[in-house]
Amino acid sequence: MSSPKLPPAFAQGGAPTGAPTRITQGSKTKGGIGESTLRPDGILKVTGEFAYSSDMWHEDMLWGQILRSTVAHAEILSIDTAEALATPGVYAVMTYDDLPAEVKHYGLEIQDTPVLAHGRVRHHGEPVAIVAADHPETARRAAAKIKVEYRELPVITDEASATAPDAILLHEGRTDHHVGHVPHPNIVHRQPIVRGDAEQAAARADFVVKGEYHFGMQDQAFLGPESGLAVPEEDGGVHLYIATQWLHSDLRQIAPVLGLPEDKVRMTLAGVGGAFGGREDLSMQIHACLLALRTGKPVKIVYNRFESFFGHVHRHPAKLYYEHGATKDGKLTHVKCRIVLDGGAYASASPAVVGNAASLGVGPYVVDDVDIEAVALYTNNPPCGAMRGFGAVQACFAYEAQMDRLADAVGMDRVEFRQLNAMSQGTVMPTGQPVDSPAPVAELLRRVKAMPMPPERQWESSEGADVRQLPGGLSNTTHGEGVVRGVGYAVGIKNVGFSEGFDDYSTARVRVEVVAGEPVATVHTAMAEVGQGGVTVHAQIARTELGVARVTIHPADTQVGSAGSTSASRQTYVTGGAVKNACELVREKVLDIGRRRFGSYHPAWASAELLLEGGKVVTDGGEVLADLVDVLEDEAVEVEREWRHRPTEPFDLRTGQGNGHVQYSFAAHRAVVEVDTELGLVKVIELACAQDVGKALNPLSVVGQIQGGTTQGLGIAVMEEIVVDPVTAKVRNPSFTDYLIPTILDTPVIPVDVLELADDHAPYGLRGIGEAPTLSSTPAVLAAIRNATGLELNRTPVRPEHLTGTA
Amino acid sequence: MRVNFTVNGRPQEADDVWEGESLLYVLRERLGLPGSKNACEQGECGSCTVRLDGVPVCSCLVAAGQVEGREVVTVEGLADFARQRARSEGTRGSSGGPGASGTSLDEARAWQARGAGPHTGEGAELSPVQQAFIDAGAVQCGFCTPGLLVAADEMLERNPSPSDADIREALSGNLCRCTGYEKIMDAVRLAAARQSEEV
Repeated sequence: MSSPKLPPAFAQGGAPTGAPTRITQGSKTKGGIGESTLRPDGILKVTGEFAYSSDMWHEDMLWGQILRSTVAHAEILSIDTAEALATPGVYAVMTYDDLPAEVKHYGLEIQDTPVLAHGRVRHHGEPVAIVAADHPETARRAAAKIKVEYRELPVITDEASATAPDAILLHEGRTDHHVGHVPHPNIVHRQPIVRGDAEQAAARADFVVKGEYHFGMQDQAFLGPESGLAVPEEDGGVHLYIATQWLHSDLRQIAPVLGLPEDKVRMTLAGVGGAFGGREDLSMQIHACLLALRTGKPVKIVYNRFESFFGHVHRHPAKLYYEHGATKDGKLTHVKCRIVLDGGAYASASPAVVGNAASLGVGPYVVDDVDIEAVALYTNNPPCGAMRGFGAVQACFAYEAQMDRLADAVGMDRVEFRQLNAMSQGTVMPTGQPVDSPAPVAELLRRVKAMPMPPERQWESSEGADVRQLPGGLSNTTHGEGVVRGVGYAVGIKNVGFSEGFDDYSTARVRVEVVAGEPVATVHTAMAEVGQGGVTVHAQIARTELGVARVTIHPADTQVGSAGSTSASRQTYVTGGAVKNACELVREKVLDIGRRRFGSYHPAWASAELLLEGGKVVTDGGEVLADLVDVLEDEAVEVEREWRHRPTEPFDLRTGQGNGHVQYSFAAHRAVVEVDTELGLVKVIELACAQDVGKALNPLSVVGQIQGGTTQGLGIAVMEEIVVDPVTAKVRNPSFTDYLIPTILDTPVIPVDVLELADDHAPYGLRGIGEAPTLSSTPAVLAAIRNATGLELNRTPVRPEHLTGTA
Repeated sequence: MRVNFTVNGRPQEADDVWEGESLLYVLRERLGLPGSKNACEQGECGSCTVRLDGVPVCSCLVAAGQVEGREVVTVEGLADFARQRARSEGTRGSSGGPGASGTSLDEARAWQARGAGPHTGEGAELSPVQQAFIDAGAVQCGFCTPGLLVAADEMLERNPSPSDADIREALSGNLCRCTGYEKIMDAVRLAAARQSEEV
């Protein structure tokens, strides 16, 4: 068997100089942390050579295809695969009855998701059967020949239908660990957070605002479709080349369904074309492995965009009910809220999303008296789970709208009102957890407000209006008439890392040796590089800690311990921390070798603080003691070690009290929009962001993350929504023709102000950054549209009909 | 059916092509050129953009049979293509007029990775727009990158000194989900500014 095209290892030479940074290991080695070194995979990505999961190819490979349910909720009366199986070119057709092991379900936390439907489908697009054939079109046509007889059942689509006394149960006989504390079996998880006495505090309020908000279902819309290649191996196992966010989590779910021990399922990360939470759950992984093991041939599965909309979980749509109170001098008295998240047919990450929505439900403000409840429902809508911002996004949209309304009621400036109530280091969260690192909420607001405003009527030119700068753009719908400007502000709080007592560790293997006369470090982790730049940062950390110019990043696979998930803004913190820790241990071993070999030549070996810098062992005074090459000779030093951040605790199931989060992350936005009030068209002119990042390990990548997250927040504000038919629970817009994500024309300039206040608990003082900018972007845009139009706008995304009164 | 066409200057022959196959499928699965990407396969995202007889097209919307006898340039051939163009322009002089609306090199560098040199790896020869995408941080997951590079390169060929509005208009058919486009703007401005300085 010829070997498949594999994801390459990338190496990067000594990177350029930059400003020195204060770090434990000194800063003489170029290309270390704090510099904007360039991506080690950049050349491969611009030349088309980077091997994404959909680029995998193997001699004799087959193509897999999944048959999905055409209805949202039904009993399956029969499945007839005979005609499909008889199609020339078809090698296998499999249904639930063909699953090889006792385990036939999977799931991140609760194993409630059938690999293939068993007697019932619970959402539109649920996998029912799989086909392998020698051409993707043959596989598609064969799948279309499978006859499935459905008897449709009533659909459960919202809280009322889910919790009605006679509601059909989505999952009868639940045995998961949440079932004991939920008020109805169609509720996945419920988390109250009660602190102080909101009822009593409400009596002190001079002003009370109540609001009901609706948040639409967003899709991650990563561009690289779900895909991978499963290659059967001679020992009866299988090797899967896959785009995922967490190799070891996939492995734990895949192996039992295949009936194989984990060491017979080898996983290698293929190139990942974006993720944003949508690759936390399995998609085609098990299906490809099943077909490969059944046929004895390599099987590749690649979703098209239509299927991708059904192939992964989405961001939870939500209904949010809020009550805020304030005294006449503008101090918050209390917050009551109830957040109802629609989890869809299967649990996915819903319980953790509930925990986030509840614990971050009042936002970055000081409020002593709170009464919060968050729930996630089981319904027949598409399953929802992780997406960038994870529960905190929905809450931020609602509490920031409330803060504007309350500021107006009190008669204060909206930014000043926020600053007056802003949390800071030392503030106690509604969970009782004190915030023990910088929380510069007021400062971020000040900074974003201080940025220069974009000029008025920027669309005017000497030759008349440039329609490209106006709402409607080249559709030429206005030359400025009916166009009004608005400005809005918002700020948010996101947790970093996995919370609520989860053992959130990572593993790194670091090796240093002499190759071709030069010291080279190799960093091997299972971290999923999904585009965020973790591989860039790992190389920087290794250069800083080991003082070597050349670092090779080993492809991520399951031959090394788990790195945890590339989500929750955690990888630079946790796997970065693991790489730093492993490097420090390697450094100590290298210095021990040096002391053994050269210690007798110079007293500083024994007495001085020693560093590795620029390929040399130096004293902290800068004296060179030896070349690393001479210390190591032909010896390789390698360490593999797990690394953990501070532990967290679960939230109490009745009161929500507990030190549940590792770290918090803050961003603030100012949006400037122009609205064509006659047609309801919105043009976002500028979306400025200020964010505290603790320490920017790679400033260029940090700004890239902030701008990308900001743009996804813009998408939720004015464009993006998966529309689910309320009667049939079927998805109406599964394509990029009908589900719109921001283009370069929809996206404004995004000035970014980066603040670096170190968190002393985190490696290098860094703060996880990927998600915070997705939170405040949306409410800032909504606030700006409200400011322009005077409309209440309690749902997102805002559509033209909401602005013209024709909804 | 059999399809004969030229890809990146080399004659290619694809056999046993099913009539429903797209140019994108033939490039990726039959000719071993997976650089053109398959993000939507419905002509909405631009990740599969190639040049067909010089014109940028979504290769997912071109039936393989339609390219018989024609010339295709993909991201894999972009560096060669740019080099040859520069050589022929060097003999003819620059094709573009003075850049009244473009961005000066100094301004375009304002965002640049601090202190970054030109070398990021193993001495691959890149086209100016490819190098600019790396330098400016315009690549994250990279799935949109090949299509954007082909589209941006074609725009700079037509319009060597584009204004920001020109760049946005030219790239409006290419979706990116990671970057928020700011660093893509930076990259195209940088490529244009470097190009105009060389002339």
